[in-house]
Amino acid sequence: MNDTSPAAGAGASAPFAWLAGLGAAALDALGWFGGFSLFGARALRDAVRPPFELAEIARQMFDIGWRSLPLIAASGFSVGIVLSMHTRASLERFGAEAMIPAGLAIALIRETGPLVTGLLISGRVGAGIGAELGAMRVTEQIDALEATAVDAFKYLAVTRIIACILALPLLTTVMNFAGILGGFVAEAAISDMSLQLYFDRAFLLIEFGDLIPATLKTMVFGFLIGTVSSYLGFETTGGTEGVGRTSTRSVVFSSILIIVVNVVLVRLIFFFFPPAG
Amino acid sequence: MADAAIRLDGVSKAFGTHHVLRDVSLAVPPGRACCILGRSGTGKSVTLKHVIGLIRPDAGRVFVQDEDITSLDARGLSRVRRGMGFLFQNAALFDSISVGENVAFPLRRHTRLREGEIQRRVREKLAEVGLDEAAAKMPAELSGGMRKRAGLARAMALDPSILLVDEPSAGLDPITSQEIDQLLLARRQAGTTLLVVTHNIPSARVLGDRLIVLHDGAIAAEGTAAELERSDQPLVRAFMQSTGGG
Repeated sequence: MNDTSPAAGAGASAPFAWLAGLGAAALDALGWFGGFSLFGARALRDAVRPPFELAEIARQMFDIGWRSLPLIAASGFSVGIVLSMHTRASLERFGAEAMIPAGLAIALIRETGPLVTGLLISGRVGAGIGAELGAMRVTEQIDALEATAVDAFKYLAVTRIIACILALPLLTTVMNFAGILGGFVAEAAISDMSLQLYFDRAFLLIEFGDLIPATLKTMVFGFLIGTVSSYLGFETTGGTEGVGRTSTRSVVFSSILIIVVNVVLVRLIFFFFPPAG
Repeated sequence: MADAAIRLDGVSKAFGTHHVLRDVSLAVPPGRACCILGRSGTGKSVTLKHVIGLIRPDAGRVFVQDEDITSLDARGLSRVRRGMGFLFQNAALFDSISVGENVAFPLRRHTRLREGEIQRRVREKLAEVGLDEAAAKMPAELSGGMRKRAGLARAMALDPSILLVDEPSAGLDPITSQEIDQLLLARRQAGTTLLVVTHNIPSARVLGDRLIVLHDGAIAAEGTAAELERSDQPLVRAFMQSTGGG
């Protein structure tokens, strides 16, 4: 006898429901990525078109760059201490303690500094931008800017994206310097190496191809953080709950993008600046 | 001078499957006041947002001073908006700057006035709405009524020829509500064109040369207060006989 109960019907359609859910999620993701790409492209176009909103960019630089300094310096210092301890544990086995400063500096400058800076700023700044613009969206402040004949996209999003692009390399430099300083403190606690000698050895093996591309790639991280969080902020719906969701998503999405894009950027850097063999 | 300061020709708008406006046409002559009445969710605020170009219609056209704003690019729209002021339902003050800076914002963006003159105008506009002492306060420190008055001061900062006002008396006590009505009335008498969305019938009687009743996104009735009171539509008569404020 055929089972015509509702449960049987539901069981039969379950695979299709699952497929339909997957399709809907894929379409949502594609829609999000399309909207995000258009938003980013428009930001790049508007960034080079007057008016340039220099006062607002300076204000955002202060907020995003200067106010992140304590976090970046303290994190860099701690990362430097930890990296130094790990480097010592590895190099001691080969009697190569003299290479500790150089090993730490290369690890920091090539990868750890840029990536940790990107992730820390995506947490501090990405969440802030997402929440601020999201709150402005749900309280109609973005509409009020437009009604006051101000290009809200340029005034709010482009200025923050530019500030992120400019601030990230500067903060990465601070992170690298604080990390090397932290490494020195860790080293000074167990050896009598002078600061001068430590820094001489740290920069012994650092070349142009190590420092500049790795530092400048953080401009891409800055672009991703600014664009993701601004886009999500502009698209916020659903009141205060929506603002909270935007804040969380800004951090999650920009962190994931930074990690994924970093792989591509490192590959490109190795292509254009092959490591000295 | 333009025949109509504001004109909507057959404007329709839907959000998804929900039709908010259906073939709405209206005209407000320069220096006159028109009040849009209707129950919640009938498309009153959406109509206002069409006039300032925050929403583009799916069909129909919107004219401001005889210029079709539906075909304007961002630069053109910005030029037209400089001649308009908009008071949002929740005032929408910029909450990261003080009340005085909110009022100064349009002046700084769109004029080349010196700082002293900007400050003088800010004081003048705040005094006009009875907020002389609130310039240094942050929006979060203000009551609902004060916020609305500060929003009105910002909307009037550039002395616009057209003022769009969304629910000026919603959530306000009757005295504050009357004060805002008097302010708007003074603007109208000074030649400003007003388009006011309101639930408040006494307010609409005071302000509006012409009243429009929206129902289900379409114009159900249009005329003077007296004409609407004699309407053969029960809904319109019921609306006009209500005394409730916002």
